[in-house]
Amino acid sequence: MVDGLLDWFRLIGGKTINAVWRIGAGTRFLFLILFHSGISFRRFGLTIRKIFFSGVLSTIIIVVSGLFVGMVLALQGYETLQVYGSEEKLGVLVALSLLRELGPVVSGLLFASRAGSAITAEIGLMKATEQLSAMDIMAVNPIGRVVAPHFWGGVISMPILATIFSAMGIFGAYLIGVVLIGVDVGAFWSQMQAAVDFRYDIVNSLIKSFVFGVAVTAIATYEGFDAAPTAEGVSGATARTVVTSSLVILALDLMLTAFMMRGWN
Amino acid sequence: MERRAVDLWVGLFVVGGFIALMMLALKVGNFGAYSPKDVYVIKAHFDNIGGLKEQAPVRSSGVVVGRVTDVRFDSKKFDAEVTLTMDGKFKFPSDTTAAILTSGILGENYVGLEAGGAEDNLKQGDVLKLTQSAIVLEKLISQFLFSKAQEAPTKPKE
Repeated sequence: MVDGLLDWFRLIGGKTINAVWRIGAGTRFLFLILFHSGISFRRFGLTIRKIFFSGVLSTIIIVVSGLFVGMVLALQGYETLQVYGSEEKLGVLVALSLLRELGPVVSGLLFASRAGSAITAEIGLMKATEQLSAMDIMAVNPIGRVVAPHFWGGVISMPILATIFSAMGIFGAYLIGVVLIGVDVGAFWSQMQAAVDFRYDIVNSLIKSFVFGVAVTAIATYEGFDAAPTAEGVSGATARTVVTSSLVILALDLMLTAFMMRGWN
Repeated sequence: MERRAVDLWVGLFVVGGFIALMMLALKVGNFGAYSPKDVYVIKAHFDNIGGLKEQAPVRSSGVVVGRVTDVRFDSKKFDAEVTLTMDGKFKFPSDTTAAILTSGILGENYVGLEAGGAEDNLKQGDVLKLTQSAIVLEKLISQFLFSKAQEAPTKPKE
């Protein structure tokens, strides 16, 4: 009985210490990436290839999801707004919810599952097949040569993807709201323009997506670099990347929103 | 430097992102829509500003002619001092009156200007003399109740 309880406490303690240890190691890894970033800008071709890998290949899913999210927002928003006879505000509702929240967050989640998992799998597999140690032997720093370009490629791609997502969402809302339901087109755009502020809404949206990009790619590269060099280790690391970065995105979103909203009043 | 297909795709991607940003900035946002270069700043004192915030529009006959750029409490006069940044294109007589109005029933507060008949125009740094505060719903209701109470003389119960 007592032994069982002790084991249980040991398990919890061990897990907690392991989690804190991983946070520390991850932070140190992030600084290592920043320290070894020189090569990803001197040989920008490497970073370009990674932008293609994580950005361009994610464009399709971002465009399609953005379109559908915007359409659904327009349908749902219209149903509620028409109760108060203010369906002209549909544009405002869709634009603000996309720019302030859904654009950065949903594209961050999609980016984590589409590009983050791929980054982890690639780096993890390179580690499992000892390509990273081979580089080390050839006096090529694997963090500078492999990890940093992945990191910067992701960080550059993420704000672009979030912007495309928001723009596509607003276009989708236009299709449903104006073309299909018949909200007045002038009111749709002009009310939106009156309510959306460049500094507070669009720039904050870019800041959010940039922070999410840093978080997702840092987690993805760390998990890949830290993965056990086996098939099981790589698959576990890939799953952890998606779970951890999704939770981190949502937590960071709350914090960033709190900071940004405080500035408004 | 040799060209690769990857470069083309990344270029397209970046251009797509840039177009999306431009669309958000110009079509969705109000970037550049209302930021006149030639402006003059005037001030107005209100007893009560209701829910007026910075960046609220200043309208005359419903047309936006400026923005509220600062709202502060004047600790000497014990009222609210509102700074209005006006578009230089629009000149108003010096006896213009300002009122805090609400767009729609539940809409945002804005400052409405009513032009007067004076010969000279408002200049940079002028203070509007006649202002009308925001209508506070609670005050309105209590006034209504008081006047109702005075109207009906209380009859002694039998």
